Amino acid sequence: MRDVVLTTEEEGVGVVAGAWLGGQRAALLMQSSGVDNCVNMFSLLDSCRFPFLALVTMRGEYAEFNPWQSPMGRRTQAALELMGIRVYRASHPDEVGEVVNAALESAFLAGEQVAVLLAQSLIGRKKWERN
Amino acid sequence: MATAPEITTNPQPRVSRRPFVARLLELVPEALVVTGLGAPSYDVFAAGDRDENFYLWGAMGGAVSVGLGLALAQPERSVLVITGDGEMLMGIGSLATVGVQQPANLSIVVLDNGHYGETGMQPSHTSQGVDLAGIARASGIADSSKILDPAEVGRLAARVAARSGPLFAQVLIDTDEPPRALPSRDGVHVKNRFRAALGLEPF
Repeated sequence: MRDVVLTTEEEGVGVVAGAWLGGQRAALLMQSSGVDNCVNMFSLLDSCRFPFLALVTMRGEYAEFNPWQSPMGRRTQAALELMGIRVYRASHPDEVGEVVNAALESAFLAGEQVAVLLAQSLIGRKKWERN
Repeated sequence: MATAPEITTNPQPRVSRRPFVARLLELVPEALVVTGLGAPSYDVFAAGDRDENFYLWGAMGGAVSVGLGLALAQPERSVLVITGDGEMLMGIGSLATVGVQQPANLSIVVLDNGHYGETGMQPSHTSQGVDLAGIARASGIADSSKILDPAEVGRLAARVAARSGPLFAQVLIDTDEPPRALPSRDGVHVKNRFRAALGLEPF
């Protein structure tokens, strides 16, 4: 597995599409606040019907200290669905494996565009104090 | 005393886009080609349609990212991104990502007329001092240059074929707008025939 760190999430839409063109499977990992950065680039997936898998860690939905995360956190799922991407969610550690596996099958066996939202409750509270 | 940064003033005369692109593609027949939306897609199509071309008709700012993903997936093939200055500016961060990844087989050729041709020739930042080749070099793409002379096409093609990159070439083209030559707008078709040329199934 090779990781490609990006400067903005929308680059990742292009990179995973390019990888598929060349015969490789790739997944895009990002935080919920990055989903809207991708919206126009998602047109690439729809126009060309690229298989697509995103794993999205959620902010702005549960025990969130920073209100600036909420506008996008409240709309992450809707934004993805608006752009034609199927959304799965995992809220408990014991379901992550199954849900991600289902998403993998949707993307690479059925050629769909799919995102898995990893709930903020799953990730745990961010520690804001640093000693 | 520090010298002032060099401001790019694009000297005349400039390269003519269609013959330059046609000659470049003729010299690298094995390359996998990704084109940025608008005139670069038309230039590449006008040079002769081929299965190994992936034409973007949208996703502005994504050409280099698509080329990067393709280059990483196909390290034994030369991958050539041909795009325009406006498209490159919109995805400027992708140059930094290329600089970090250092894909030896990725070449980026920007046809720079300093304008947004598709929307009415509004000036882009590159006609107002922004130095794309300088940005590429500062992003870690050591082989970054400006091309002002069409005779340099042979040397550029040799560098593309050598896969000793990544490389970035900013080709200073004139603002002539040749007749549109429109490749297929069916993205599914273009994607699947590209994969088929590599021996890959649709999915």
